[in-house]
Amino acid sequence: MEPEDAVPTARKVRRPKSARAGGQMHGGPIAYAILILFTIGSLFPLVWTAIAASRDNNRLAQSPPPFVFGSNLFHNLDVAWNDANLGKAFVNTTIVAGTSAATIVFLSTIAGFAFAKLRFRGRGALMLIVIGTMMVPPQLSIIPLYMMVAKLEWTDQLQAVILPSLVSAFGVFFMRQYLIQALPDEIIEAARVDGASSWRVVWHVVFPAARPAMAVLGMLMFVQTWNDFLWPFLVLSQTGNPTVQVAVAGLGRGYTPDQSLIMAGALLGTLPLLLVFAVFGKQIVGGIMQGAVKG
Amino acid sequence: MATRNDTAAPPAKEGGAAPGRPPAVSTEDERRHRARLSRRWQRDMRWSPYAFVSPFFLLFVAFGLFPLLYTGWASLHQVEMTAPTDMTWVGMRNYTRIFDDDFFWNAAKNTLTIGIISTVPQLLMAMGLAHILNYRLRASTFYRVAMLAPYATSIAAASLVFVLLFGRDYGMINWALHFVGIDAIDWQNDKWPSQIAVSSIVIWRWTGYNALIYLAAMQAIPQDLYESAALDGASRWKQFLHVTLPSLRPTILFTVVVSTIGASQVFGEPLLFDANKGASGGAEHQFQTLGLYLYEQGWVNQHLGRASAIAWTMFLILIVVGIVNYVISRRLRASS
Repeated sequence: MEPEDAVPTARKVRRPKSARAGGQMHGGPIAYAILILFTIGSLFPLVWTAIAASRDNNRLAQSPPPFVFGSNLFHNLDVAWNDANLGKAFVNTTIVAGTSAATIVFLSTIAGFAFAKLRFRGRGALMLIVIGTMMVPPQLSIIPLYMMVAKLEWTDQLQAVILPSLVSAFGVFFMRQYLIQALPDEIIEAARVDGASSWRVVWHVVFPAARPAMAVLGMLMFVQTWNDFLWPFLVLSQTGNPTVQVAVAGLGRGYTPDQSLIMAGALLGTLPLLLVFAVFGKQIVGGIMQGAVKG
Repeated sequence: MATRNDTAAPPAKEGGAAPGRPPAVSTEDERRHRARLSRRWQRDMRWSPYAFVSPFFLLFVAFGLFPLLYTGWASLHQVEMTAPTDMTWVGMRNYTRIFDDDFFWNAAKNTLTIGIISTVPQLLMAMGLAHILNYRLRASTFYRVAMLAPYATSIAAASLVFVLLFGRDYGMINWALHFVGIDAIDWQNDKWPSQIAVSSIVIWRWTGYNALIYLAAMQAIPQDLYESAALDGASRWKQFLHVTLPSLRPTILFTVVVSTIGASQVFGEPLLFDANKGASGGAEHQFQTLGLYLYEQGWVNQHLGRASAIAWTMFLILIVVGIVNYVISRRLRASS
């Protein structure tokens, strides 16, 4: 990857100045050494998952551990896929993560727009509540939610997983931060002057302006919901109607589990997101950094 | 969007059909039509903000606030999983029961120690990494994406891989340690090693993410501050101490709060790190966290009332932590 397009725009604009003033230092060899060390540390467990998944169980119970690929990869992937009901799990997780991400993006954009650009009574207080909800740990609500799900006989059904994951305070906050600077007030005024209703403004002005942030938020939320564990684990069975994470967790059961199969399942569960990262990594990094700078 | 070039004044910000506008309106019908439009306009301006934010709040009340309060209510009752609608009032008994339970205190201690050994090194490393990433580097996007890859990995997959890496007999980590003369460590059954192993899963998944958050905050620091510090003869280290760190204080506080909340809820890692995949957190409960203890009480022992009491205790602890954080941050601000 080229070094120049590494950073989001804000920094790129500032960079010439700092370069002139000598403010921003070049990284020395130690900096590179540390970075490479951490990169290896980050990627090694993933690579090794693939190596372990390409071996057989007996080889994993020997020392030294394997460092190169074996020949069992496709066999293991195949068995893990069928044992853990991963086909169904993938469909389930795609539905869950897709629905949640799309809804969160939509609701966060309109709410973020209202908080960023519209004046209304109680705006400050409501925004404080949104931020406050980020502090409430989800474990506090699982017991009543579980009772609700049990009562509605939704156990093992996807709506039990989807419904509680449709809101994200982070999403509202993220879109608000983005729209404050990305959407000039004049454009909204102009649309207003043209007689556009609020919904028309949202549809024709806000959505187009927010599209990059919506894409990033969508990816972040997709990753998050895809990886969700606690709640799906509680309401979905591990074999009947699992999400990918629940199915993968179920692979480790039994007294003498086949480790290479477990690794194959873990690999399958992670692979789609790693592909998303390989393609959109830069945008996701930019999105996280953008969400981090608070105003 | 089509532009309506009416001769009449466009709806003004307040009170579109205000008197005194130019006499462009000819017939009575048209005037009434405009008045109606204007009323609709006002209604729209007034209520649409609420329409935009209400879905969030409705869903939050249904799936966040109501369950939160209901958990508090349930914690004062005896409720069993087998008959969740039969609630018998028991007052504070659930709380006294769990406070009398040694496993609760054990879990609380484990949550604290695992929280500390996962959060402190994680945030320190993230800070160092962010500082390095803030230099001008070749291929800096590559490092960022690579360090974020663990964030894309689920708790389930990561925990299962780390179980193998931390294996006592054939694990990679013990194998590497024997080269430096360290005997095989029983990462699963010994107290501290198992807590370190569980923490390392958390550290692995979140260090890169936090580094990016710090990096974003570092890039928002004006360069002039560094320039004037350099003019005053401050070394790189001094610049970091006296320019970077103070500017990062709100971000550091934010990550500390978020990590604390995360650490208080650690659940999947210890659940899956256990060889028996049980809720006890190892044979001796050596790495049972509060999250796991809650699950054990509620879903294994089927005492939902007691599980609710644990949940509310966790919540109260977090509130105390939040207040302490707030006080510290105010002290720091006042002293600077």
